[in-house]
Amino acid sequence: MSVDAPARPTSAPSPRLRHGRTFRAGPVSGLLHWRQVVVPVAGFAVLVLAAALSMGRGDFPIGVGDVLRTLVGLGEGPQPFIILELRAPRVVVGALVGLALGVAGALFQTFARNPLASPDTLGITMGASVGAVAAIVLSGSSSTGAILGGLGVPLAALLGALVTGVLLFALTWRAGVDGYRLVLIGIALWSAGTALTDWLLTNAEIYDAASAYVWITGSLNARTWENALPLGVAVAVLLPLALAAGRVLGVLQFGDDTARGLGVRVAGAQAAVVLLAVFLVAFAVSAAGPITFVALVVPQIAVRLTGGSRPPLLASGILGALLVVTADLITRTALPQALPVGILTAVIGAPYLLWLLVRGRRRATL
Amino acid sequence: MATTVDVPARGSARPPAPPLRARRLGTLVLLLVLVAAAALASIAIGTRAIGVGEVWRSLLDSSLSGEEAVIVRQLRVPRTVLGLMVGAALGLAGALMQGHTRNPLGDPGLLGVTAGASLAVVLAITLLGVGTPGGYVWFAFAGALIGTVLVYAIGSAGRGGATPVTLALAGAALSALLYGLVRAVLVSDQQTLDSFRFWVVGSLAGRDATVAAQVAPFLAVGLVLALVNAPALNLLGLGEDVARGLGQRIWLARSVGLAAITLLAGAATAAAGPIAFVGLVVPHAVRALTGPDHRWLLPCSALAGAALLLVADVLGRVLARPGELQVGIVLALIGAPFFIALVRRSRTVGL
Repeated sequence: MSVDAPARPTSAPSPRLRHGRTFRAGPVSGLLHWRQVVVPVAGFAVLVLAAALSMGRGDFPIGVGDVLRTLVGLGEGPQPFIILELRAPRVVVGALVGLALGVAGALFQTFARNPLASPDTLGITMGASVGAVAAIVLSGSSSTGAILGGLGVPLAALLGALVTGVLLFALTWRAGVDGYRLVLIGIALWSAGTALTDWLLTNAEIYDAASAYVWITGSLNARTWENALPLGVAVAVLLPLALAAGRVLGVLQFGDDTARGLGVRVAGAQAAVVLLAVFLVAFAVSAAGPITFVALVVPQIAVRLTGGSRPPLLASGILGALLVVTADLITRTALPQALPVGILTAVIGAPYLLWLLVRGRRRATL
Repeated sequence: MATTVDVPARGSARPPAPPLRARRLGTLVLLLVLVAAAALASIAIGTRAIGVGEVWRSLLDSSLSGEEAVIVRQLRVPRTVLGLMVGAALGLAGALMQGHTRNPLGDPGLLGVTAGASLAVVLAITLLGVGTPGGYVWFAFAGALIGTVLVYAIGSAGRGGATPVTLALAGAALSALLYGLVRAVLVSDQQTLDSFRFWVVGSLAGRDATVAAQVAPFLAVGLVLALVNAPALNLLGLGEDVARGLGQRIWLARSVGLAAITLLAGAATAAAGPIAFVGLVVPHAVRALTGPDHRWLLPCSALAGAALLLVADVLGRVLARPGELQVGIVLALIGAPFFIALVRRSRTVGL
């Protein structure tokens, strides 16, 4: 309903949710609904298929079976080189970026209790854009620009996103991170970032502006293992931490006092959640540009598919990866002209969310 | 969480005037003075500085035909009037939008206004070769209208009608879709990007008096609808069920409010391009002073929006002499630090 806690319905919103089952395995226990298992598993299966399909497409077509065989080390002839060296990096970067953005979006939306809170609206991706656009546009014209340009676009973007994200965290921090304050300060950073980017674009040579614009849209063109490696390491470290934080996040939803009563160190947990999300976004954006609206749209799709009370982290990540990989597949195969993947994620993801909204069986809440 | 300020019932606290009421009146007066001062500054300051006395004479005596009088009457006054209109409209639309979506991230652009206008302007540039701010006006306005109608239709199509959350999500998703189309054009068409990048920053430069005259009727209707909507918005803030129980027709209240937002934000965007900062930030700042009562919040947001936009426009002319910085850029870059300081110092007032 609203951002204020009292407006949340206290009775179970739909009888469907009550059919979850409890499980217990050693020290871990919880409540699980079949859809919370089926959606990520099915999503992962489709993701593997889409990735294999994507790696098979190109000037030298390779069947899905051969792609899968190559991936497990049984490829023959030129196939291993084409798939592993030329095509896999792009697909892997796409999947990792989607994963990171989906999880970060779910973290932000749950933490701020606001379906619109995402790294896009809170300014973090805008910070990355400022860094990248400055590196592209200013590299020839000023000394600071030359330093930025020397860093290279991915590093400048990483720097921009990290500075903005840490600024967001530091400015919001006052013995804890309040979700509402986070959103307000995020707005301010977003507007400042947008203004800086627009200003840089209006002052640039049109050629620079055009290539900067492609970067802002988010693209997977010409990605290599060099782009995938830092992102892969970051995801490998941050994803387990984020999933672990997910349990605490559920408790934080009840409000600071209740969470404290249940034994959670509130300030530390809040800091962990926000910083994890910031780092995930920063590495994702640095690898592929701010692929638009994945972080905003995917968690909302995921929560509607799994039927839980808040965006599920793992399912959001897998569906995010699926969205980016599929969008990339479509740009490369179905369209007459190759468009940056960031356009397609919006054009595919948005109508799907709209359809879910129109068809919605329950009153939308978060 | 955010603290909510209790609104004492009017007239119930008789003996000493309640401090809230005094603060609200003070805010209103202060804002009026600010708007007047900003308007005067906007007329007097520019590439060529004109003394206040000269401004005054040029305004009063239409027979003066010196260079300064011409500058004042034909350039500065239309620009100032446009700034006043656009700023007030955006501040008002932002306050309405946040009230209706009950979301601090609700800016009028969320209703599809900016995305619709952007797509229409891009199509006008790329297909029809339109290339001046005056030429964009009707395209931008039509796009804004179509965008909001679509968002409202989708947001209210699901079961339960148009709730704040469905509206916000429908707006975000539809904006994403429309921006996707905008980007698809811009990525492949450099010439269009070259024109579009100057429209999208938001500026008051290069708009003559006809632009102000074109959008004025829409702004006037939007203003009336917005102010009429204030009491209903207060009731909606209690929750739809309570509002319905108190005799409010939810559907009517929502429709009036959204129509007002569409007219105000659509016309403002048509006139000056997308300026997000005013609609997003002004209502938050004003709410900290007036409290959440929309009968005060709406007029004060309009005044604060107008004052802020004019001040930013003047600063843009001063900072980058002899050229100028677009007002949208100045607003966000100088406004953001102030807003952050405000958020950190004062308690935030929840929606």
